[in-house]
Amino acid sequence: MSAPQAGTDGCSHEGMRNGAEPHSLMEHRALRRASLPLIACALLALPPLRPLLDATMTLQMLVQIPLLTTLGWRLAGAVPRGAGDAMGRWNADGISGLVLASMAALPWMLPRALDAAVDDSWVAAAKFVSVPLLIGLPLGISWPRMGFVVRGVFFMEFVATCFRLGWIYLASPGRLCSNYLLGDQQQLGRLLLLIGASVTLLLSARLLFGSFDLAGAAVDRSRHPDGEQPARSR
Amino acid sequence: MRALGTLLVSLAFAAAGGLVLAGATDGFQAFTTETARRIDVRAHPRPLPAIVLESDRGADLALASYRGRWLLIDFIYTRCETYCSALGGEFARLQDLLAAPIAEGRIALLSISFDPEHDDPEALHAYRKRFGDRGAGWTAARPTDAATLETVRTSFGLKIVPDGLGGYVHNVALVLVDPEGRLVEIVASGDPQATAALLRARISS
Repeated sequence: MSAPQAGTDGCSHEGMRNGAEPHSLMEHRALRRASLPLIACALLALPPLRPLLDATMTLQMLVQIPLLTTLGWRLAGAVPRGAGDAMGRWNADGISGLVLASMAALPWMLPRALDAAVDDSWVAAAKFVSVPLLIGLPLGISWPRMGFVVRGVFFMEFVATCFRLGWIYLASPGRLCSNYLLGDQQQLGRLLLLIGASVTLLLSARLLFGSFDLAGAAVDRSRHPDGEQPARSR
Repeated sequence: MRALGTLLVSLAFAAAGGLVLAGATDGFQAFTTETARRIDVRAHPRPLPAIVLESDRGADLALASYRGRWLLIDFIYTRCETYCSALGGEFARLQDLLAAPIAEGRIALLSISFDPEHDDPEALHAYRKRFGDRGAGWTAARPTDAATLETVRTSFGLKIVPDGLGGYVHNVALVLVDPEGRLVEIVASGDPQATAALLRARISS
């Protein structure tokens, strides 16, 4: 029980042993890591990128929102290790993070929200803040903690969502967004089906022909139980 | 303990997500802007804007002059070859179906153009003729300045998107105004029988 804890505690001890300087150094590094994604998010929220990516439903859903998510994910690199481990107590296997991200993603799948994000600057602000911080960041923090099963649930949910939304957008006879054209909506529908199908094929191929990262994560953990153990033992 | 903590936090997140979603959809009723607009109008009737349009006879037409009558408004542009044609046909059909209350001055029909540059009084008149105007109770009109057009757009929740081919795509619906000049309902277009029945029910109630 003491050996596994050495890994994480070592980190915080180091900070205490060497006084304030390494601590501020760590903060500095965290700040540097966070600044790039934050600046990129701000750029996405301002002209010319915002009107450009708001121009069609397809760009907003398949470029702008995924970019914001990715940038939020990158922010996870700026979260100090200790903080991540402390949260681990409430985030076993990254499940809480996955639930938070899923919940935060739900509103941004509503045609109404996509519309409002174009018309209403408050809704737009909510999008540019919530997508990186409530979808990307929790996923970034939680992904390394997720084992095979939780990642499997994530992918299943992702693929199912692509098919559900794609099907709705294709099947709807009328426009669901009053800011966007029907052709745009149908193109988005087709692309969502394509993405869902591609992810399914890719996952199936990896499951069938080995070298499966997700399986790797699970194997890693059983091979080096120390890696994930400290948080669990607390 | 970790499992319990995670369960609690996850449940809290799920509950918060449900609340946000309920708030964002008017209690899981409105998933599109158009549905939200209809629910909102029914719940909170809004006063008509005090604007003056130019009628297809070239005369000033104040929206306030419709007080005392039920008024059904649609929004068009005369170059439109898709929805607005259907709307034109629908209004002509409503003139037939509601001939009696129109003759009694209890119902009026109004087509407002959101493309005033092209839709001068002649064009608007031709539009009515093209769809078989029955000669009573239907007026077409246009805003004559940018401010009035903007008022029309905002107060009726009109969404107009260029279709990339020189035309427009717009939310198509009929707006019902009560005799007190309040916007009380947004009616789906495409079924004149149902619209006529609704109007008859309204005037007799």
